[in-house]
Amino acid sequence: MTPTLIVGTRKGLFLLTSPDDRASWATSEPTFLGHIVSHGVRDTRSGRMLVGVSTGHLGPTVFGSNDDGATWTEATKPPAFRTGERLARSLTSVFWLTPGHPSQPGVWFAGGSPQGLFVTHDDGDTWAPHDGWNDHPMWETWAEWPDQNTPDGSMLHSITIDPRGADHMYIGLSSGGVFETIDGGANWTPQNLGCESPMQPNQDIEYGHDPHCVRAHPLSPDRLYQQNHCGIYRLDRTSAIKDRWVRIGNAMPSSVGDIGFPIELDPNDPERVWVFPMDGTDVWPRTSPDGRPAAYRTSDGGATWVRLDRGLPDRAWFTVKRQAMTVDAATPTGVYFGTTSGEVWASADAGDSWRCIAQHLPEIYSVEHAAIG
Amino acid sequence: MYVRIPTPLRSYTNGESRVLARGATVDDILMDLDAQFAGFRFRMVDEQNRLRQHIRVFINDDMITNLTDAVGATDEITILQALSGG
Repeated sequence: MTPTLIVGTRKGLFLLTSPDDRASWATSEPTFLGHIVSHGVRDTRSGRMLVGVSTGHLGPTVFGSNDDGATWTEATKPPAFRTGERLARSLTSVFWLTPGHPSQPGVWFAGGSPQGLFVTHDDGDTWAPHDGWNDHPMWETWAEWPDQNTPDGSMLHSITIDPRGADHMYIGLSSGGVFETIDGGANWTPQNLGCESPMQPNQDIEYGHDPHCVRAHPLSPDRLYQQNHCGIYRLDRTSAIKDRWVRIGNAMPSSVGDIGFPIELDPNDPERVWVFPMDGTDVWPRTSPDGRPAAYRTSDGGATWVRLDRGLPDRAWFTVKRQAMTVDAATPTGVYFGTTSGEVWASADAGDSWRCIAQHLPEIYSVEHAAIG
Repeated sequence: MYVRIPTPLRSYTNGESRVLARGATVDDILMDLDAQFAGFRFRMVDEQNRLRQHIRVFINDDMITNLTDAVGATDEITILQALSGG
């Protein structure tokens, strides 16, 4: 297996490959040069790769590859809202891609801006609106609509499918909150109690939150983690407080805080999580607190956190976006992140030490790991 | 009639800057171009049949306001795209 990183940037797609088990990394030439690549994902079921692509001015689309990025084919029917629909929505970005449940080969989901959900049953060639979400009677209330023109737009992200059953899914809306379906998307309910929301006068509200990234653990799908606009949270659906998020970020150092974009889970250990804190004070610089980059790791479900900055620059002013951090399934766990200043950093020891494996790339929007071969 | 293609859309026209298309309205022309060059239309016209924000279409020297505008057999269509930003 060749460890590979699928790196989406503001100016194209890059693939980083390691021929020697993470000892060294090579960076490909760009694909889709000049195009905005919001997300690139390889499906472990089929080996197919999809990327969500747009430009500053052309409409959004999806490309797919069956040969690990050597050749690409555009979707015959890209994700789009229904023509003539009541709200006259127009998709401006395919922001997020998630392969479907193992029982549904060929199915993928896409999240967009505005906050639509789209589905394909043929590995990304033809897409349809997910009517259960897009036409839900509460959509206009839950979603940011009309679009508030937040930085990079409102988006639907963190499409998470329960490995125990295809009908159980979560999605995240920035802004809007976390929403859950247990019937394949016909009905949706907010799942946000316990999360704070400074944009709302009432703190215990059902929706209107801003989850930046939401993950359910693959081995323990009732354990969810969330990096929110207002902290780091954990949700245990089987606990006595099963429908209430708990702010585990309160255990982070107060000088660092618990604001950030990404959150990544160890695929082999539901207790182990990585985040990359950013400065959420004042006007929200979104750079590392005090310009001192570090990841933080918990190995006890968020009770305690360890700072991980060995090898990282003493001072730097980049941001790590919500799709721009990932992990592999190796032992020890590999952890990777990409920066808005175009660097990719890697750790082959679960974050204990870091080294820069690519630099001078465009602004990085997404980093996903794939084991190819 | 001939249609002039801006550089961001030439990946669809095999690099051609000027292509032939048929139709009685601008939208007919765009539909014909999409039939020739799959995916072309959706990159410049959204799903509600609105020209995307930074796209302009001209019939000869006149900017159109509606995709249903009629075109004549000897007209030339020009598609322009703003390339603002960085």
